[in-house]
Amino acid sequence: MDEQKEKMEKSLSALYDKYAETIARNMPEAMNNAREAAIGYFKENGFPKRGSERYKYTDVAEAYTRGYGYSFTPFMPKTDRQFMFRCTVPNLDTYIVTIINGWLDAENTQVADGVVATSIENGAKLYPDLFNKYYNRQAEKRTDSTIALNTAFSRSGLFLYIPDNLVVDKPIQIINIMLGPRPMMINQRNLVIAGRGSQSKILLCDHTQTEQKFLLNNVSEIALQQDAKLDCYNIQNFNDQSSQISTLMFEQEANSHLLTNTLTLHGHFVRNNLEVLLKGEHAESEIYGLSLPTGHQHIDNYIYIDHAVPNCTSYELYKNVLDGDATGAFNGYVLVRPDAQKTNAMQTNRNICVSPSARMYSKPQLEIHADDVKCSHGSTIGQLDEQALFYMRQRGIGEWESRMMLMSAFAHEIVSTIRIPALANSYAELIDNRLRSNQTICDNCSLRCGK
Amino acid sequence: MLDIKDLRASIDGKPILKGINLHINAGEIHAIMGPNGSGKSTLSSVLTGNSRFTVDGGEVTFLGKNLLELPPEDRARMGLFMSFQYPVEIPGVSMVNFMRAAVNEKRKFNGQLPISAQDYLKMMREKSQLVEIDSRLTSRSVNEGFSGGEKKKNEIFQMAMLEPRLSILDETDSGLDIDALRIVANGVNKLKTPETSAIVITHYQRLLDYIVPDVVHVLYNGQIVKTGGKELALELEKKGYDWIKSEFDNK
Repeated sequence: MDEQKEKMEKSLSALYDKYAETIARNMPEAMNNAREAAIGYFKENGFPKRGSERYKYTDVAEAYTRGYGYSFTPFMPKTDRQFMFRCTVPNLDTYIVTIINGWLDAENTQVADGVVATSIENGAKLYPDLFNKYYNRQAEKRTDSTIALNTAFSRSGLFLYIPDNLVVDKPIQIINIMLGPRPMMINQRNLVIAGRGSQSKILLCDHTQTEQKFLLNNVSEIALQQDAKLDCYNIQNFNDQSSQISTLMFEQEANSHLLTNTLTLHGHFVRNNLEVLLKGEHAESEIYGLSLPTGHQHIDNYIYIDHAVPNCTSYELYKNVLDGDATGAFNGYVLVRPDAQKTNAMQTNRNICVSPSARMYSKPQLEIHADDVKCSHGSTIGQLDEQALFYMRQRGIGEWESRMMLMSAFAHEIVSTIRIPALANSYAELIDNRLRSNQTICDNCSLRCGK
Repeated sequence: MLDIKDLRASIDGKPILKGINLHINAGEIHAIMGPNGSGKSTLSSVLTGNSRFTVDGGEVTFLGKNLLELPPEDRARMGLFMSFQYPVEIPGVSMVNFMRAAVNEKRKFNGQLPISAQDYLKMMREKSQLVEIDSRLTSRSVNEGFSGGEKKKNEIFQMAMLEPRLSILDETDSGLDIDALRIVANGVNKLKTPETSAIVITHYQRLLDYIVPDVVHVLYNGQIVKTGGKELALELEKKGYDWIKSEFDNK
């Protein structure tokens, strides 16, 4: 393993060195200027080590050493219409942004008047001030090689700008698809700016369409300007071979309100970095997540919340239902800086191991440097409630059905935080299908469970 | 209806039931009384198939079938119901969905199609009136945040929905105030038919003022040590259990 890992580190470094010019071609200066330092960081540090502060329970190198191809130019095979339909949320009208293998598909992208949804390099041309202000502003602070690799390599991604005071009437659905005949590694970089006083809802759907192995390393920097309100729903559903390292970095200015809800349905290896910087007073975040790993999947949620100023609120609830030989990890870090008085930070992680061989690692961490704050954290790992099971069976409900009902009920708390009713219904159905499907059906995409 | 022969059961290797014999005909109400730890709740757990208990011997026949070899859900679908002493809270599962699943499982077992939404709602409404349960409770999660009295009423509501042949009321009176006790007992009485039977497990005579038993048994140290008519309950209320204990222990 170590040998493979070193080999992969060397080959990624060599890949960059060989194609540095190609990578930088026609890309914005801000992106190109950040590449050298980023690859330098990677060369020096290699992949994050399992057991290190950020990667306590996860060996990222495992996802990298599976052998992938790489494309420095847009590789966008035609998507299957049928597949796109599967992403449709019943009874929900959305704007659509389509991204294929990391590249924006402008033909299949249509958003509200005033909203800007374009490729990342085009965004830099159209809005250089915004771009230069926010690009890499958060990412470069993170000592994480996966983020550094993204900064070094990325040539594709979305620039999404919701102008000041615009209330977007429908959710913006970003359909992010991996497809192709060969294994592929993708570094996708997105920049999202929710302007002052704007209100919008984003639904991000990460899917694999073909049964190849993919590694998507996507980094999104998302800025909420003053008084902005943003809901960010994320459904992750990859095939059994594919891995995703997803980094969402939010920065919130004063009085902004953020809600995120991440549903990880399927994927061989999933690592979510979700970071929130509360940098303006009275900013609020609600961070929710649900993962349903089974088989040999590994799903790791790393949540980092930085209370940098006083009077902010963060509320965090993550749940896992683990079956088969799956492993899950939750690492929630809350930092309250010395001046951040009157901080209100709550963190809860609840997990159910359905099978005896499933493993869950939970690590809540609070680092508090202010004295007038309200912070709490709680973590539980358990099994399905035997008493409740017996109670249900005594009413004539079969054991299997009772288990399903209890698991769905456990997940319901996360579903209930969704502020789009049609999406909540869709989530509930996806979760139910996923829990009720057996593994063989789920081998590829769990959306197929329904058929 | 129910025939128990020499039933013996234990928990974690510790014998609790030491040879129970009991015969219940259709239309009868049997009260089982006895001091704490005598095995009353174990008997109801074993009859309903709680896997925490091990059956060490004996036979139980329910409606002509060997009850002990059936899983709990099949026992329930055949018409065996237990009102739990401590009803379980199930957050996230709504009463409406819970009961619909239970009603439909029973219908499926009997070769019937699932109940229509309209009929189901009508049934919910009628049965909830029977036990004077607030219809808002049925839209909440199963027993979640219900008071003790509401939980017990909810048990009888479920009993009304499932129309069992044999109901076991396991200390349904515990923790009930007198008004709730009356409502619960009335519900049970209204559900009684010549084809249905009940086992009423209780410490006290009080419940038996409302639900009048045909037979009263005293369970002590894992065996039925005395059987009589409803007057036995009154005698126990007056004299306590000590005389039974000493009678038994001296044997």
